[in-house]
Amino acid sequence: MNQHSNCIPIVAKGEASLIQPVDMEAFREHNRKKSKALIDKTMTDEEAIERFVNSGDYIGFELYGTVRCPMSLTRALVRSGKTDFKIVGQGVHELDLLFAADMVKEIDFTYIGLEVYGISGNMRRRVESGSVTKVVEWSNAALTWRFKAASMGIPFIPTRSMLGTDTFNKSSAIAVECPFTGKNVALLPALIVDTAFIHVSRADKHGNCQIDGISGFAFEMSRACKNLVISTEEIVDTAEIREHPDKTIIPYYLVDAVVHAPYASWPGEMSGMYERDEPHYKMFVEKQKTQEGMNEYMKEWLYDIPDHKALLEKIGQKHLTELNL
Amino acid sequence: MSNEYSPSELLICLSSRVMEDGTTAFIGTGIPMLAASLAQAMHAPNLVPVFEFGGTGAILEKLPLAVGDMRTYNKGIAASGICDIMETSQRGFIEFGFLGGAQIDKYGNLNSTVIGDHKNPKVRLPGSGGANDVGSACWRTIAIMIHDKRRFVEKIDFLTTPGYLTGPGSREKAGLPSNTGPYRVVTNLCTMGYDDDTKTMKLLSVNPGVTVEQVIENTGFELHLADKITSNDPPTDEELRILREDVDPDGLYR
Repeated sequence: MNQHSNCIPIVAKGEASLIQPVDMEAFREHNRKKSKALIDKTMTDEEAIERFVNSGDYIGFELYGTVRCPMSLTRALVRSGKTDFKIVGQGVHELDLLFAADMVKEIDFTYIGLEVYGISGNMRRRVESGSVTKVVEWSNAALTWRFKAASMGIPFIPTRSMLGTDTFNKSSAIAVECPFTGKNVALLPALIVDTAFIHVSRADKHGNCQIDGISGFAFEMSRACKNLVISTEEIVDTAEIREHPDKTIIPYYLVDAVVHAPYASWPGEMSGMYERDEPHYKMFVEKQKTQEGMNEYMKEWLYDIPDHKALLEKIGQKHLTELNL
Repeated sequence: MSNEYSPSELLICLSSRVMEDGTTAFIGTGIPMLAASLAQAMHAPNLVPVFEFGGTGAILEKLPLAVGDMRTYNKGIAASGICDIMETSQRGFIEFGFLGGAQIDKYGNLNSTVIGDHKNPKVRLPGSGGANDVGSACWRTIAIMIHDKRRFVEKIDFLTTPGYLTGPGSREKAGLPSNTGPYRVVTNLCTMGYDDDTKTMKLLSVNPGVTVEQVIENTGFELHLADKITSNDPPTDEELRILREDVDPDGLYR
């Protein structure tokens, strides 16, 4: 008898247990129950954090580098005092703030750093000290494809990345012999986050969202979460969304909260709107090199400021206008 | 114009010359961005730079500072998302991929994850990011490295991104796409390729003023030597002019 007709051989297994187990039936039930009513979902950063985040949750931020970052929500999250999060990164500025506040327990890790400015001091301090208790490795494509699998409503997706490496060995992926080709493929488990944060160019009050410029993994993550909190540069009428439906990346029924937060990506950039605040970012890069410096930065730019509106006042309209394209 | 140039400028020029016209190149942060921009201005006007978060075919007029920033799709042909780019690479559309890392071994395997033990790291590095995907699926990868014995090691602490893994046939055995793998290593001392039989690093040419002995001294493993080791030309006046005036006028990489 041909053995291969009865089983798909497992050829290698990543050592790490899954941080977020996959339950597609529960996800379907959750999505079935989610309200499809056209209600006004606008609220403040603080309300959104209060209602949709609990300590110990698995949370995700969609961004890339310092581009289109949901920073107003990140700062509100840090100020909320909620903690012990499991996170998925891709992280640059937002995770630096979470690490500085020591709020991260477990990470599905792909890249956390400062791009041209090097390694993140905050990440190093928390991971090297063991304050982060679990680090599971993935590649960028792997994490996005894990969201894609969840978005497709399937428990895993076969890919050709990660094979033969320690990145695979320290992940929760499984390699099998493909039943069609006989070659090895890496099976990546679907990833459904408890709450996702995404910053967009414009949204209506119901949560229909449009993004200018590249869309990173907004499409996939918005469909791979239980709760979705949106911050937006602009709130527009639904009629305006309907003028250009081809631009809608996220339809309203995926969304739980809409926060109006102009310049929320600051000190990062927003496509077609404003540039990165390079002098501020360079100052941050210097500060984050030591814990003391980072504490000063957190006090001045986060803890001493009550909310996003107050932050914009501190930065000043003149400075913000200078960043406009 | 002065003929003096910095080590970074030399690396950028050598990397730029590797890029071919009319093909696709997966571009990461830093030196590859400058090299692609220089290549577009010099010999490869139809080079299609591809950035992992969705920028395709940008005309690189201003130096991007992030792999997702607006300059990665400046006058580009498409601005999509990470799935589109990674899937384009996985199905064989991307010729060149550029990589870097804290350590590289003789098979071109790269470490950008951790120095020391993964569980108790001495230095936690930024991680794979897109590097593992680039090293898995691009047809030919080019590593850009500073050349010393701490970086060119017999055994890397962590295999983040696949080179030729453990030698001939091992990529295919692991399931990685056929006929892919490391192509060149460009360093501040030399340019290396790979020996066909052993899939281990081979010295092809040395940079101006550098001897073969110097390269060997700074490499922590045994290096194959090409039958005829040539010399890399120094940056030309035109390369330096374009680099300084157009590609990097702020001198971030001087």
